[in-house]
Amino acid sequence: MNARVDTDRPTPISIPASRAAELYKRMKLIRRFEETVVTLVDNNEIAGVTHEYVGQEAVAVGVCAALRDEDIITSTHRGHGHIIAKGGEVRFMLAELLGRTTGYNKGRGGSMHIADVGLGIYGANGIVGAGAPMACGAAYRFKRAGWDRVAVPFFGDGAINQGVLHESLNMAAIWNLPVVFVCENNMYAITTPLSEVSKVQPHERAPAYGMPGEVADGMDVQAVYDATYRAVERARTGGGPTFLEFTTYRYVGHYTAERLMKTSYRTPEEIELWRRRDAIEAWGRRMVADGLWTMHERDAADREVESLLEEGVAFARQSPAPDAADALKYMYDTTYPETPAWGAE
Amino acid sequence: MRKLRYLQAMNEAYLQEMARDESIFIIGEDIRGGIRGETKGLLEAFGPDRVIDTPISEAGFVGFATGAAMAGMRPIVQFQVPSLIYVAFDQIVNQAAKLPLMLGGQTRLPITYTIMVAGSRGGQAGQHSDNPYPFLLHAGLKVVSPSTPYEAKGLMVTAIRESDPVAFLAPAMVLGQRGDVPEELYSIPFGKGDVKREGTDVTVVAVGNLVPDALAVAEQLAQEGISVKVWDPRTLLPLDREGLCDAVSSTGRVVLYDDSNRTCGFAAELSAIIGERAFGSLRAPIKRVTRADIPMPFATILEQAVLPTRERLATAIRSVCFHNGVPA
Repeated sequence: MNARVDTDRPTPISIPASRAAELYKRMKLIRRFEETVVTLVDNNEIAGVTHEYVGQEAVAVGVCAALRDEDIITSTHRGHGHIIAKGGEVRFMLAELLGRTTGYNKGRGGSMHIADVGLGIYGANGIVGAGAPMACGAAYRFKRAGWDRVAVPFFGDGAINQGVLHESLNMAAIWNLPVVFVCENNMYAITTPLSEVSKVQPHERAPAYGMPGEVADGMDVQAVYDATYRAVERARTGGGPTFLEFTTYRYVGHYTAERLMKTSYRTPEEIELWRRRDAIEAWGRRMVADGLWTMHERDAADREVESLLEEGVAFARQSPAPDAADALKYMYDTTYPETPAWGAE
Repeated sequence: MRKLRYLQAMNEAYLQEMARDESIFIIGEDIRGGIRGETKGLLEAFGPDRVIDTPISEAGFVGFATGAAMAGMRPIVQFQVPSLIYVAFDQIVNQAAKLPLMLGGQTRLPITYTIMVAGSRGGQAGQHSDNPYPFLLHAGLKVVSPSTPYEAKGLMVTAIRESDPVAFLAPAMVLGQRGDVPEELYSIPFGKGDVKREGTDVTVVAVGNLVPDALAVAEQLAQEGISVKVWDPRTLLPLDREGLCDAVSSTGRVVLYDDSNRTCGFAAELSAIIGERAFGSLRAPIKRVTRADIPMPFATILEQAVLPTRERLATAIRSVCFHNGVPA
């Protein structure tokens, strides 16, 4: 475990005040979004389960702060945080989770597939590691067009033994593609600890592919931003791919339903230790300490987040459900008679 | 008209389409070398950025094509052996085939998967003899399996221009065939089957590799006084259901000749459609001549035992024409 546990003497914030406040708001929005989602799952307003990003907010927000609108990301099953961080609107996300036509995917995707291709969000993904080669393909397009855009696949520690991730690291390296691989090491693949499935830390594998690997504290949004910024600049200027590992922690279960299960893979003490390092709280405090804002301004930011979510939930609830007759829509660009076919004539 | 071999017809489609549309690139293993011929000259014409040799990473380069397509490109992904698609199955079935719908139409994936040497070609054993279109059809990919050089070019052009994932299966046993191929660029629409031979007693529906076989058997049975119609669906999805039912109804007898597994193979679906829609026109039960439900064994005698052969087709045709021992 490389994360710095000492939080007594934070380094001064080097991000401008308005930017710093934006990072706080985004992180807070993710946290409160996830808490709202759990309530909606409990109310049976959201079908199925979702994978909450609670605890890891600094990673998504720090990484995406170093990106431009035209850069692209691929996300994971735990994708809500990445989507909000990249600029996704919570009302369209909530509408998707409620299965409405106004949702990002028009009710066809749900939690694990939310995407906004226009915002460079190539989708959450239900298969571990699957977004990595897609990011490489997008990066190829950018490079061939001579654009200085980058592609960022997010994945967890659980993905590092997935074959397609290795294939992607290799392709990015041999073709010198503008890809920044972001590994969120929350130390557990569902309940399996990383130490049981890898002899080395994720970033230590990077040199074997011929690219730099770096680890930084994923509970410190400034550290995440700084590391990503360096890697992104290198990628933009033809320096090729980088592998970044951020040590982080999910405070909650692998998915919504884990609350109802008896699990013992993590101790209450371990969870508490990480909660005490909460990135959002720490960032809010640091901003006050560094004189970037007042407590009053922070509270105003919190209220702004709450109203975005209230509006979002209201928007989702008021949105129309899809028409059952449209169930086969969007399968093909060019349709033919009975293609796709219904299950009964 | 000018005659080309099947592989040359594919090659001409690649060359002409890539010259027409800069967003097309081709990616796969050993594309640049092009030893079989269908990718010959591409590297010289379009350079290494558009003609990409990959590491042996099937899942990786399929996902790469998906991402490139989302970013605005029109990839051709070539598999040198059909069973290699299994290595990339998540990226084909779970990603490319599903993303357009799962994303609510936010992206189109104009990807052509060229699947070379489909079907058995003798002595290739269990992992190099597959004809995997049932898997792809089940996944919802558009699937074409042209049986002549003319259709190879015209359907390849449509496949490349279609803004959906399309699997183009190039059947092993027709790759050396020569036929008329216009030099100019042309396309053949999807979802239109083709009557390859007129006949009045029985309809044989044959796919890919088996179309030339069916035509040979039809000639042979003409000597016995049986008039065989041969219908080639050409595109398996979209399927020309109307053309199928018309072809079957016109004779009232049908033999489905399909080199995929018997259980849940393509012939099973054809049979169900005919049963649901053309039942009234049938004068004899539907017959299927398919591959057996096992991996391809190596020894020639065993391979011949499990393949849909001309002899089995001839026997099946005779049996539907003489239902219960009397002319039906």
